[in-house]
Amino acid sequence: MRINPDHPHRVDNGYTGIAISLHWLIALAIVGSFSLGLYMHELPLSPQKLKLYSWHKWAGVTIFLFVALRLGWRLFHRPPELPATMPDWQRKVAAATHVLLYVLMFAVPLSGWLMSSAKGFQTVWFGVLPLPDFLNKSETLGDTLQQVHMLLNFSMAALVLAHVGAALKHYFIDRDDILRRMIPLLGKRQTSGVVK
Amino acid sequence: MTKWAKRLVPGCALAFLLPAAQAVEFNQVQIPKSSLAFVSKQMNVPVEGQFKSFRSKIAFDPAKPAAAKAELEIDMASIDAGSKDANDEVATKAWFNTQAFPTARFVASSVKALGGNRYEVAGKMSIKGTTRDLATPVTVRLDGGSAIIDGSLVIKRADYAIGDGMWADFSVVANEIQIKFHLVATASPAAAK
Repeated sequence: MRINPDHPHRVDNGYTGIAISLHWLIALAIVGSFSLGLYMHELPLSPQKLKLYSWHKWAGVTIFLFVALRLGWRLFHRPPELPATMPDWQRKVAAATHVLLYVLMFAVPLSGWLMSSAKGFQTVWFGVLPLPDFLNKSETLGDTLQQVHMLLNFSMAALVLAHVGAALKHYFIDRDDILRRMIPLLGKRQTSGVVK
Repeated sequence: MTKWAKRLVPGCALAFLLPAAQAVEFNQVQIPKSSLAFVSKQMNVPVEGQFKSFRSKIAFDPAKPAAAKAELEIDMASIDAGSKDANDEVATKAWFNTQAFPTARFVASSVKALGGNRYEVAGKMSIKGTTRDLATPVTVRLDGGSAIIDGSLVIKRADYAIGDGMWADFSVVANEIQIKFHLVATASPAAAK
C-alpha cells in the first residue's frame, strides 16, 4: 500500500484525528499505569493490592494493543513534516527519541507480561482472556525480569520527560507548530506565534 | 501405540489382576512420589500451590475396596501458595492460623466402588479447627506393584473460615479452591505374601 498524500483522513498537513486520539489515549494510559506501578509494588499484600496488580496488567496489555494500532496507522499515515527551521541534529534526535519510545512502549508491557509469567501469575486480560505463559515459574528469572521491567520503565520515563520538554520548547521558545498539531485545541499558529 | 504394545497392555493389566485377587493390600504411601497441590483463583487467574510436607496412611485392597482406610495429615507450614508474600500471608490468623492449627487432617470413613478404577471416598476434613464432611472421586491405577491414587475435588474456603476479614471478598480470591492429590502406595512385603 502506497501513501496517498491526499488521503481523506489527513487534515491539512497535520496528524489525523485517529493519530491524535491514539497519542493522547496512550499517553494518559502510560502515565496512569506507570504511577500505579510505582505505588502498588510497595504495598503490603491485601485484596486491594491484588486488584491493583490485575488492573495494571490489564492496562499494560491494552497499551500494547493501542501502540500496535498507533504504529500500524502511522505506517500508512505519515506524520506531518517537521518545520523547515529545525536544524538537522534536532531532527535526528527527535527521530531517535520517537523510535526509542516506540521500542519501549512495546518492551515495557512485554517485560511485565514475561515477569508475571516467571513469577507464576498468568496474565488474564480483564479477567477473561488468558495470555499464554511462555516462561516456566522461576524465582531468579522472575526477579531478573522485575529489574528489567523497572529499568525499561525508568528509561521510558526519562524519554517521556525529554519528549514533553522538547514539545514545550517548540511551543514556548521556537514558537512553531510542533505542539499545536498534536493539540488542535491550541488552534493554528497566530501571526504573533503566541496563542492568547 | 504399536500393535505389539496394544497386545501387551491388556496382558500387563491381567498380570496385575491376578495378585490382586490374592488380597494385596497397598499400605505404604511413598511420600516422595506423592503430591498434594491446589489451585486458587485470584482475580480469576488460577494460581498453583502445594503442600510440601504431609503424611498419609492407606490400606487399600482392590478386592475389598469397601474395607479401605485412608488418612492424610498435612503440615500447614509447608505450604507454597505461589510466592513468599503469599506464604507469609496464609500463615496469619485470617487464613490458616498456622501457629494455632499447624496440621489439617482428612480421615476417610467410607470407600465406595463406582465401577472400573473409580471410587468415591467420603470422610471428615479438619482445617483450622473446623471439621466437615467431604466426598471426593478417586481413581486408582495399579502399576508395577504400586497403587497410584489420583483425585481432585473443590472445597470452599469459607466453610473453614480460610481467608477471613478483608479477604472474605470472593471477587479477589475465589471461594472455590481446587485440590489435587496424587498418592503412590506400595504393598508392604508382609502384606504382599
